[in-house]
Amino acid sequence: MKQKFYGGVHPAEHKEATEQKPIQPLANAPAQVVIPMSMHIGAPCKPVVQKGDTVTVGQMIGATAGLGAPIHASVSGKVVAVEPRPGTGGVPTLSVVIENDFQNTLSPDCKPRENVDALTSQEIIDIIRDAGCTGMGGAGFPTHVKISSAVGKADTIIINGAECEPYITADHRLMLEHGEKIIGGVRFIMKALQLDHAFIGIEDNKMNAVAHLKELVGDAKDITVQALHTRYPQGAEKQLIQAITGREVPPGKLPADVGCCVFNAATTAAIYDAVALGLPVYQRVITITGSAVKNPVNLLAPVGTPFSHLIEEAGGFNGTPARVISGGPMMGFAQYDMSVTMGKASNCVLCLSKEDLPKTSENPTCIRCARCVNVCPMHLTPIFMNMYGKARRWSEVEELRIMDCMECGCCQYICPARIPLVQQFRTAKFAIRQQAAKK
Amino acid sequence: MEEYKLSVASSPHASSPVGTKHLMRDVLIALIPAMAMGVWVFGPRALTMTIVSVIFCEIFEWGYCKLLHKPNPIGDLSAAITGVLLVFVCPVSLPYWTVIIGDFFAIVIVKQLFGGLGTNFLNPALAGRAFLMLCYPVPMTTWAVPGKENWLAIFGAGEAGVDYVTGATPLSIDFMKSNIAPDASLADMFIGNIGGCVGEVSAIALLIGGIYLLAKGVIRIRIPAAYILTVAVLTLIFSRAPEGVNVFTWMLMEIFGGGLFLGAFFMATDYVTSPNTPKGEIIFGIGAGLLVVFIRYFGGYPEGVCYSILVMNILVWLIDKATMPHRFGVTPEMRKAEKEKAKAAKKAAKEGSEA
Repeated sequence: MKQKFYGGVHPAEHKEATEQKPIQPLANAPAQVVIPMSMHIGAPCKPVVQKGDTVTVGQMIGATAGLGAPIHASVSGKVVAVEPRPGTGGVPTLSVVIENDFQNTLSPDCKPRENVDALTSQEIIDIIRDAGCTGMGGAGFPTHVKISSAVGKADTIIINGAECEPYITADHRLMLEHGEKIIGGVRFIMKALQLDHAFIGIEDNKMNAVAHLKELVGDAKDITVQALHTRYPQGAEKQLIQAITGREVPPGKLPADVGCCVFNAATTAAIYDAVALGLPVYQRVITITGSAVKNPVNLLAPVGTPFSHLIEEAGGFNGTPARVISGGPMMGFAQYDMSVTMGKASNCVLCLSKEDLPKTSENPTCIRCARCVNVCPMHLTPIFMNMYGKARRWSEVEELRIMDCMECGCCQYICPARIPLVQQFRTAKFAIRQQAAKK
Repeated sequence: MEEYKLSVASSPHASSPVGTKHLMRDVLIALIPAMAMGVWVFGPRALTMTIVSVIFCEIFEWGYCKLLHKPNPIGDLSAAITGVLLVFVCPVSLPYWTVIIGDFFAIVIVKQLFGGLGTNFLNPALAGRAFLMLCYPVPMTTWAVPGKENWLAIFGAGEAGVDYVTGATPLSIDFMKSNIAPDASLADMFIGNIGGCVGEVSAIALLIGGIYLLAKGVIRIRIPAAYILTVAVLTLIFSRAPEGVNVFTWMLMEIFGGGLFLGAFFMATDYVTSPNTPKGEIIFGIGAGLLVVFIRYFGGYPEGVCYSILVMNILVWLIDKATMPHRFGVTPEMRKAEKEKAKAAKKAAKEGSEA
């Protein structure tokens, strides 16, 4: 049975360019990596290395300061700078710059763990924390915090293999090629949360991944691989919970409050690496795709690889690129500087040519078609939010629950008048937060 | 590496291929079967009237925007739809100049004076018809009946009814008010071989257009379904079928006989003047359906579709306000608890003031 969440859209998938292509290591390692100290929600990490230090792969270079997860070196070599560098979020971020010595020396701490079966719940959580696991689907919430806050509260574990954004195939390939890591990772999570069952939710445009994981699970009853109706934003935490369990996460509450704990597929594989192989998160699978690159690929790349290098690995630009996006087309960030680097949560570099840019209108006129109301997965009324927002009547916009908006972009995608709704809502939210701060 | 310029914008970086113009074009395509039936039943004048009306609607819209230095809206085709629909709800014998006055009222007074596309609170075509009905009641209720004489008139019908054989429509007052079944057969009504307005006679042609719009996702089924079902249920329960006529036949006559399909698929679903919330759309449809039956059964007009939709148009803002979707994550139990809490607080305040 395929379940559904409320609303949503189905944009053209464009996944065919890379869904058949196996994950490749980089052909040439980057000469320099720039590792931002803030790749997660919470406080940025404090660098624990200095200019001139020699580091090995997997060595910790950023320690947590408050909520967060430690950061590890992704190549071996010499630290050449610890300074703010441009980040994918648009603002300069304190980063550690490492010059690659191409030796790929692994840190002595990284070795496969023996008798993993004997680990207790708390030990697994500690390993996950020290390995720097964060949500690898986009938001980057520290995984150990998620687990420890849900122990005893959660009754359902959901692994998010929806990958609902168009173009991206990183999780798809990971599930196909490293399915055993996902299954292994799920079992560690189950142990950490002291639960004996988990769901893996995958959209039905990836039936080969569903079949592969089902085969790996075999007769075991502890994991249910669930095919889901393909619809964006299936991979949003609240929507995935609604699709699988039918529960709605109340406003301002966490998934754990309705007994759910959601992990991204890539995070799950990273948890397996951390617990069984002793490897911290220093590399990830990333899709380089779009009409403006020559050879779209799925790459296993070290964290901190510059976008320019990733694009070269994909054969370079094909014609003139018009927009380069970190992430998928629906929620990704447009970049202006190709020296920005990928982080733990970067799952895609999307290069669009001029023809693929979204349509805009010089004089967008709302025709009240209410398509935005019908697609909003959060039950909002973008049509009225836009109307009041245009008049800058923030209190009315707030009453329309704009703060529930997760900026998934469904309303703007479907809008026939091409009104820049999401941008407007961001402005409104900013203004409302400022007003609240003044009081 | 070659020179390139990257553009930066707020997400999403994808857009649906369907734009306003595509939606409007689909509505025009969906009106083609009804147009064809109009020409077949009433002759070529149905087509020439429609063309004149579309041209004048576009001229009025363009002229108004030119005068007021507003951006040129001609590309969006919405005025063309108004032009077609206005003719579709008028009798074929109506003089051209009357149609043009209707166009002026619809486009300039109803649409543009209230802010243009997206901000008018009445359906322009129906408001135009209502205006003509008030000003020129006789030509507006002189119905041509099907016949080959109709094919002779294009320009000659300057005076109402001169070149047309006129007669009663299935919903004319004589039938409805005195419990007599119309003399047209049910099949004639379904196909459109009856007297009436240009575009409303053929139920099947309108149904084809409506299904096309539903399949294309241009309109949602809630309004037409609620509207037609309400009329069906009411005319079935409160049947006025004379002896010898099956109640179901009576119900189908009510549904096929007037402009219900045209109203349900093309006018009640007008984006601008219909509710935006799913629940609101159903309320809108039911309300319009109730009004149609009330007007047909008890009102002075033979047909109630036009006024039923216009009255519901005025209520759209209220319906929207009352039917906001519930907040995501707030379960019915939570809503109930909140209501009780508010009630208790009110009670406490009342007791406090009494004391």
